Amino acid sequence: MAAPTRPTPARRAAIVGGNRIPFARSNSAYAQASNQDMLTATIDGLVARFGLQGKQLGEVVAGAVLKHARDFNLTRESVLGSRLSATTPAYDVQQACGTGLEAAILVANKIALGQIESGIAGGVDTTSDAPLAVSDDLRRVLIGLNNAKTVQDRLKALGRIRPGMIAPEIPRNAEPRTGLAMGEHAAITAKEWQIGREEQDELAVASHRNMAAAYDRGFFDDLVTPFLGLSRDNNLRPESSVEKLATLKPVFGRGEGATMTAGNSTPLTDGASTVLLGSDEWAAENGLPVLAHLVDAQTAAVDYVHGGEGLLMAPVYAMPVMLARNGLSLQDFDFYEIHEAFASTVLSSLKAWEDEDFCKTRLGLDRPLGSIDRSKLNVNGSSLAAGHPFAATGGRIVAQLAKQLHEAGPGKRGLISVCAAGGQGVVAILES
Amino acid sequence: MSDWYRDFANSGFGTTITRNLGLPRPAVLRRYEPGQPLLPGPAVVGSAGEGRLRDAVTELLRAEGVHVQSPVTADGATDGEKPAAVILDATGLRTPADLASAHDFLSPAVKRLRATGRVLILADPPSDAASPAQAAARQALDGLVRSIAKELRNGSTANLVHVPEGAEGSIASPVRFFLSGRSAYVDGQVMSVAAADIPAAADDERPLAGKVAVVTGAARGIGAAIAKVMARDGAHVVAVDIPAAGDTLAEVANEIGGTALQLDITADDAPQRLIEHLRERHGGADVVVHNAGITRDKLLVNMDAARWNSVMAVNLQAQLDITQALLDAEGVLKPDARVVCVSSQSGIAGNRGQTNYAASKAGVIGMVRAWAPTFAERGATINAVAPGFIVTEMTAKMPFGTREVGSRINSLQQGGLPVDVAETIAWLSQPGSAGVNGQTVRVCGQSMLGA
Ligand SMILES: NC(=O)c1ccc[n+]([C@@H]2O[C@H](COP(=O)([O-])OP(=O)(O)OC[C@H]3O[C@@H](n4cnc5c(N)ncnc54)[C@H](O)[C@@H]3O)[C@@H](O)[C@H]2O)c1
Repeated sequence: MAAPTRPTPARRAAIVGGNRIPFARSNSAYAQASNQDMLTATIDGLVARFGLQGKQLGEVVAGAVLKHARDFNLTRESVLGSRLSATTPAYDVQQACGTGLEAAILVANKIALGQIESGIAGGVDTTSDAPLAVSDDLRRVLIGLNNAKTVQDRLKALGRIRPGMIAPEIPRNAEPRTGLAMGEHAAITAKEWQIGREEQDELAVASHRNMAAAYDRGFFDDLVTPFLGLSRDNNLRPESSVEKLATLKPVFGRGEGATMTAGNSTPLTDGASTVLLGSDEWAAENGLPVLAHLVDAQTAAVDYVHGGEGLLMAPVYAMPVMLARNGLSLQDFDFYEIHEAFASTVLSSLKAWEDEDFCKTRLGLDRPLGSIDRSKLNVNGSSLAAGHPFAATGGRIVAQLAKQLHEAGPGKRGLISVCAAGGQGVVAILES
Repeated sequence: MSDWYRDFANSGFGTTITRNLGLPRPAVLRRYEPGQPLLPGPAVVGSAGEGRLRDAVTELLRAEGVHVQSPVTADGATDGEKPAAVILDATGLRTPADLASAHDFLSPAVKRLRATGRVLILADPPSDAASPAQAAARQALDGLVRSIAKELRNGSTANLVHVPEGAEGSIASPVRFFLSGRSAYVDGQVMSVAAADIPAAADDERPLAGKVAVVTGAARGIGAAIAKVMARDGAHVVAVDIPAAGDTLAEVANEIGGTALQLDITADDAPQRLIEHLRERHGGADVVVHNAGITRDKLLVNMDAARWNSVMAVNLQAQLDITQALLDAEGVLKPDARVVCVSSQSGIAGNRGQTNYAASKAGVIGMVRAWAPTFAERGATINAVAPGFIVTEMTAKMPFGTREVGSRINSLQQGGLPVDVAETIAWLSQPGSAGVNGQTVRVCGQSMLGA
């Protein structure tokens, strides 16, 4: 596939740093916290870290996947409740699990174009304080009740309520078009790519161990700010082992070939993350560091409904387009951050890039992208360890990777790959 | 934190009760607020013998807008308003006989001293005396000032500053401090100034303007108060605390427009990380306050190694390591830097169940004394403050009886506030305090412990 080479942008946006709150398993430490509470606290932690009190930034862009009606202007409301200047504009975005990374790309692009000098990208999600909707029937009755003018009309409207209408619709982690849970979709892909149980469990254990070690060496000291009594992600299991994980029963897929367990799949999680971006000049003027630059990004989507592709395989398609545009091979990176929605998703992606036939027929490449050095993958842990509050994962990864690159020295390159519901995927390149 | 007893004793009903029962009546102290005059009334300046500081002090007071009265004799006519400060220049003392003139000046003047007044004596250090008689006379002032401090009531304090020959140019900063509300809880203390290059007087309201000040243990308690006072005085504060305290640390930083640095000061790479942070973000540091501290109390016979080691690591070794690394790092610690280390009264008096803590805090006193000449060479200073009973979340958890006794056994009959420690540290951090070096200033209301 001949990808057009890319016009050199006027400048690249710098990643200055990040802040997130520890991620918490659903209905645990943050059960009483709203999206706005978490996002505001996370912005305030970033403000404290970088001395942004009272400052007007170019823009704050963030989003949540699960939103209440009251969250309609979530990011702007969070900015108003934060220590940033109230004259900082904000808007919401939503691209399922790609939200956080997409927000960073949006802010970076405006910086690259010179439309803004600085900005915050972020994301937040709660599955504990999730919006409950009433059924369509009940909603129609309640709207009628609200519109009723007389007492008789009101009573008449109330009389139409049937017991069956009362059960609330709880948002599910399921695809609207297939009715399948995301894990079920991932299980189909895992089977297709013959991803074994043990390799999934090994990936999960590595994630937990890497992240625990990173916490212990203080790596997260300037990436995380405690919230509501948590100072580390409460999903983190430093003592996790392949033997322990092997005892778990599969939860997705059926029968013999089922390999996906609660141990190698991310649980529902609450949390928020933010990333501070700016032009190099803005960073210098404010005495702020430049950890890395955002070089390029690409999104892709697959037809998982009728097209025979796996729901979470879109990043696999986005990758070669972005690599070609930048004249890079899959091996030209010092770090790989592949979001661990499920261990099998990471492994399926890696296998697909190694597969000659797949790369030829599906990706339209002459040669497979090849394999990567696995010791460069998710070196400080990823979503299997931290958990995955949908929209917050992108910000976690961008800040974490930027810091890794900075620690490794100038000229290092990192690759991000995030799969998202709806058959979408976002990939990006950072460079120190 | 409210002092219920002080508030009660100062209420109409409480005054009657406490007076009739002969109970102590702790005063509401005069604490500094920006815009406040140096003194709430006039000052009297006198001397014992031919003092060499009297004129300089008088001039300094006038420049501050203080009305300076002439001394009155025991039976002489009173000169207008009651004084808010009584200052004795005792640099002229030659023999104990000269002390009579100190008595003649102080007795009637102190009698008229108003509430929250200040008695300040300036004298030569006994160690420099020309004769045993002169040394005796100078040393006698220690007993004199400490006794005056115990006799004073209504929140008044008495302190002594030793000014050796040649250090006259260094006195403005300590004189201002001891007269002002910043020294509210510093009482019955003896300290020294040395000759130093004193920069031209800075902005009185914002003496730390443009300075970068690192404060460890800033997430709460005394550290949070230090951060706030530093910021009020104009500094940009780098607030440091352990990562687990990061949320309250962020609140402190956001309240004062500072920055938060989550760092365990005992980590092996803590000095390096602090230095890199200061280089990258702030171009260095002007002030470093080693405030972070912990207690792990147990009687010595029951104390395990973990308790001993953790207290030593936080309270002493981290201060040593970070300070040494800052001295070694090219261009990070500014030439006229100020380092202030938090010690404790326990390090002076000792405390049952606190062998580890008291040892660490006594170590701090030795450390600043030993480092002072090195710092002086650079135009910098290093000092310690030793807080007494300071009312914090920590002391609020003490049993009622222990807390009440702990807070009353001092000349001001009350516990100090975190802000009192903070004001003293902020004063030591001022450019004008260049002459105060290697000292340990107690902020204890003249505690009876270790006095
Ligand atoms: N409160 C008193 O009466 C009193 C009296 C004498 C001395 N002091 C001293 O004053 C200082 C402050 O005391 P406080 O009463 O505010 O105590 P505190 O416990 O309220 O605050 C101490 C702070 O230091 C932080 N800290 C502890 N270990 C740390 C580490 N390894 N790295 C970074 N930060 C760390 C803590 O997280 C905490 O925020 C201490 O050195 C204490 O020994 C207090």
